[in-house]
Parts: sequence; C-alpha cells; structure tokens
Amino acid sequence: MLTELEQQALWISLQVAGSALAIIVVPGILVAWLLARHEFPGKALLDGIVHLPLVLPPVVVGYLLLVVMGRRGVIGSWLLETFGISLPFTWQGAALAGGVMAFPLLVRAVRLSLEAVDPKLEAAARTLGATRLRVFITITLPLALPGVITGGVLAFARALSEFGATITFASNIPGETRTLPLALYSTIQTPGMEGAAARLCAISVAVAMASLVVSEWLARRTRRRMAGRDTGL
Amino acid sequence: MLELRIDHRQGDFHLDVDIRAPEQGVTALFGHSGSGKTSLLRMLAGLDRPDDGHIRLGERTYVDTRQRLFVPPHRRRLGVVFQEARLFPHYRVRGNLTYARRLTGGEAFDRVVSLLGIEPLLARMPDALSGGEARRVAIGRALLAEPDMLLLDEPLTGLDGARKRELLDYILRLTREIELPILFISHDTQELMAIAERLVLLDSGRVVADGELDELLGRAELAPWLGGFEASTPISARVEAHDERYHATRLALDDGQLMTLPRIDHAPGERVRLRIRRRDVALAREMPSQSSFRNRLRATVEQLDDGEPGMVEVSLRLAGQRLLSRITLEASEALALSPGDDVIALIRSASLAGSAG
Repeated sequence: MLTELEQQALWISLQVAGSALAIIVVPGILVAWLLARHEFPGKALLDGIVHLPLVLPPVVVGYLLLVVMGRRGVIGSWLLETFGISLPFTWQGAALAGGVMAFPLLVRAVRLSLEAVDPKLEAAARTLGATRLRVFITITLPLALPGVITGGVLAFARALSEFGATITFASNIPGETRTLPLALYSTIQTPGMEGAAARLCAISVAVAMASLVVSEWLARRTRRRMAGRDTGL
Repeated sequence: MLELRIDHRQGDFHLDVDIRAPEQGVTALFGHSGSGKTSLLRMLAGLDRPDDGHIRLGERTYVDTRQRLFVPPHRRRLGVVFQEARLFPHYRVRGNLTYARRLTGGEAFDRVVSLLGIEPLLARMPDALSGGEARRVAIGRALLAEPDMLLLDEPLTGLDGARKRELLDYILRLTREIELPILFISHDTQELMAIAERLVLLDSGRVVADGELDELLGRAELAPWLGGFEASTPISARVEAHDERYHATRLALDDGQLMTLPRIDHAPGERVRLRIRRRDVALAREMPSQSSFRNRLRATVEQLDDGEPGMVEVSLRLAGQRLLSRITLEASEALALSPGDDVIALIRSASLAGSAG
C-alpha cells in the first residue's frame, strides 16, 4: 500500500515526534506548574523564553540550535567531548528541534489546566499532612490530566509537522531525518513527482486526523476513569 | 495551651491579637465577617505567614517570626474543616478519609466513621453527596489525620435549618466523645451557644473579649456583639433518668435539685447544656403548692437591674450558676426583692442548647 520511501518517512516522523514529546513532557509540566502556581523573580522572563519558539521563525530556532547544540556549540561541543554524542544531522537532532518547537504549546495547555485546579483543594491536602510534591502528584496533576493529555497531543502534532527548525538543524537526510513534511518538500522540488507529493500529503492528513481522534478518546477515558477512582497512593 | 500572638497587616486590614486558649474543650472564635477570623485560621493552619508574632500549641512552636521559625502546614497536625467541605472530587469518600494516611483502617477508622454516620457513603464520589454529608466526611477526614486540635471554620454555614441541626448534633456528639480541643469559628450566636465553652470575641482584627462563655454573657459592655445571646442563659446539668410514661427526662443540677424536660436523647450520666430564656423564668417567694410549673428551683437573688421601662432584670444564683429572669417592676416591688433573698425560680420551659430553636 505504501511505498518503501513513504513507510520510511512515516516511521521517522512518528519516531521523531514521539521522542520529541518524551523529551519535553516532564520539563513542560514542571515549567507549567512553576508558571501556574508560583511567584518568583524572573517569572516573566521564563514565560517569554518558553513562548519564543511560537513567535520566532522556525529557521531562527534551527539556527540557534546549531549555535548552541552544534558540534562547536556551547553544549554541543561538551556533549561531543564527554559522551561522543553529536546531534546535528541525526534523527535525535530532529526530535530535539521538534521538541523545542512543540514546547510552548505543551506548556500553555498544561498551565491552563493546572490553573483551573482549585487551590483550596491543595490547601486542604496540605493541612492533611501532604508535602507540596505529594499534593501535586495526588491532587493537582490528576485533576489537570485531561488538559495535560490535550497539551501532549497538540505537542506531538506540532513536532510531527515541524519543518523549518528541523531542516536547519538536522537537515533532510533520507532514512535519517527525512520526516513526512521534508519528504513532501523534496518531492515537490523534483519534476514529475506530483503523484508522490499528493500521496504524502494524504498520509500527513491521515496521521494528523488520527492523532486528534486518539486525543479525544484519551481525554474522555481519563475523565471517566477519574470519576470512578479510589485512593491512588 | 494554644497561644496566638499575631501582628499582621494586609492592605488596610490590621490584625493584632494575643489569644490564649486551653488545650481542651470547645473554644469559639466569634466575630462578624471581616473581623479577621479566617485570616487567623489560615495563619494557624500555616497557609499564611504572619508579619510578626508567634503561634504555639502545647510544647510545639509553629511560628516564631523573631526566630525565623515557620512549620509548614503538612507538619502541623491540625485538623482543618473548611467552610466548603473541600473534598477531593477524584477520590471516593473512603479515599478522602484515608488521604492523610495516618488512620486508614481498623478500630479508630471505624469509630470515626460510625460517630459521623458515614458508613453508607464510603464508596460514593463526593459529587454524589449532599451538603451535610460532605461536611461530615470533611470532619471525618480531618479527624483521621490524628490532629492535635480540630479547627472548624463555620461548618454550618449554607445548610438549611434541618441539615444544620443534624450536623450540629453530630458535632456535639463529637465534642462529648473525643478528647480533642476544638476551635470553632462562627458568626452565628445560636451555634456558639450550643457548643462553645470559651469565647474569643474578635472585631476589626482585635480581641474585644476572651473568656468563659457564661462569664462573657453577663458583661453588659459586650451586648453590641453578643446581643443575640442576651435573651437566654445557659445552665449545665446532668441527665438523671428518663421517664417513659410522661415522655420526660429528669436532670440534676450540681446542688442536687431536679429539673424535668421533655424527653431528650442523652444517656443518664451525660452532661448537657440547657438554655433558659429570661422571660421564661418567673419568681415566687414561697414554693407554690399547686402549680403547672414543673420546674421549681431554689435560687438566690444576686442583683437587680433596671431593664426597659417597667421591667426589672434579676440575676439569680442557681446551683452555683447564673440564671437571669425578667419580671415587671410591679411584680418586683410586690415581692420586695433585694439582693441576698432566697426565691423560687419557676421555669416555664427550658431547651437543650443546640437542638430546638
């Protein structure tokens, strides 16, 4: 049904987007919690930095990633020397680029749902002997879970469709970093590949639709399960 | 001893209090809304930090700003029952009750559950509870955290008459059956009348009066705040026996004199608080031989005060307690009452504090 190249692009896309989500989910929730529930110096700055990828041209983000995480970048050179890890031109690099681009979407959605949790419930839990961490794990996060799932799916979809930062930082290498959008771009650039372009376009639409359906199903399931749950911890 | 010395400013509001309450019985924190009751509760629970002052409960210091000491709320062991029940919507009633992870099963758990009558609710989700049920679960949840003190923040507010009475009965049972000091926050004089032994009267962030409820009730300068209490005096008595034939309960005062009340639901030997309205107390010089008054008690006149035009307020000493009577000036002169006289107090009716009206 799918050609080998299409299968390859689809697989790389899912792999890259899944890894991107895995990288950012914990820091994303943490940052959202800080922004939703705490006052600290530099909060506005943190909020701004988190939102930068949303407003910067993706190419700029890709360029900044090269500067910081490239072989001669501040962190990149350290990674290379210490662990022998080089991110540019690898699928892991593409995942990093996708993760950075998806980060603000995740944080925004999680922050909104955390803010919707009644702080009075958290205060009540504190008086019952729960530490801040336990309150977060047993009260705040479960009550915000539908929003966290929505944010996660949004971030996954964003990483899946990432183009500019990926091609700048990880390039367009068949079988390594050529995700669906990059494959589509390549076929469009090649004369006589109009049919292949249309097929890739259809695959992209199908994947996007599928992730929306899964998100809706997960959110519903969580709400149902939460409405019938006993002591978690 | 609970010690609260707090000096705190929040915008225009200045809270400046120095309160000492015993570590036993029910102490009420009474004041109108905006008097600082809730601020005080939040600081005691550790949810807010005072600008200056200290908070101690027994041997433990929770806050001492001078020593930069602040014990976080989860290490204070105070059972707080908030105005709204604040049950966790994603846990069942059982999960809410065991959230504190201290008494999660066994005898103590069963005892609290049965004391509050919440066994049938254990498997329910909080949104399937009525207002009164939710508050009983909230009280149970606080008790099962094994607190050193129970803080009740207006637990009856927002309930309708019947539910209010029901919950109040549960709280009264609680105060009789568990050895735990209770701080009861309220702006409702009837609630306080029913359960408080001591009272801290708060107004605009300051303590106006602090002492035994009965003693404060007799102080004329507190009338603007305690006006609602004025109409009746509390009397403490012990249940002697029930009389099934007359559907009555006999009660003994501390000096052995007996009183009769329509049947009440307390076991013999239990102490109860009665409320006797001033206008329900008539006076006689001699024991009437035939009268429909069933409660004829020997008392001593302590003081006579002018009341409204044509009325006299008589303070009586009855079995070591104070009883107020309001009679007409004409009757007072006809009886030629003066302090020190022995009289018979004829009590038309008495009600159990906290139950009817």
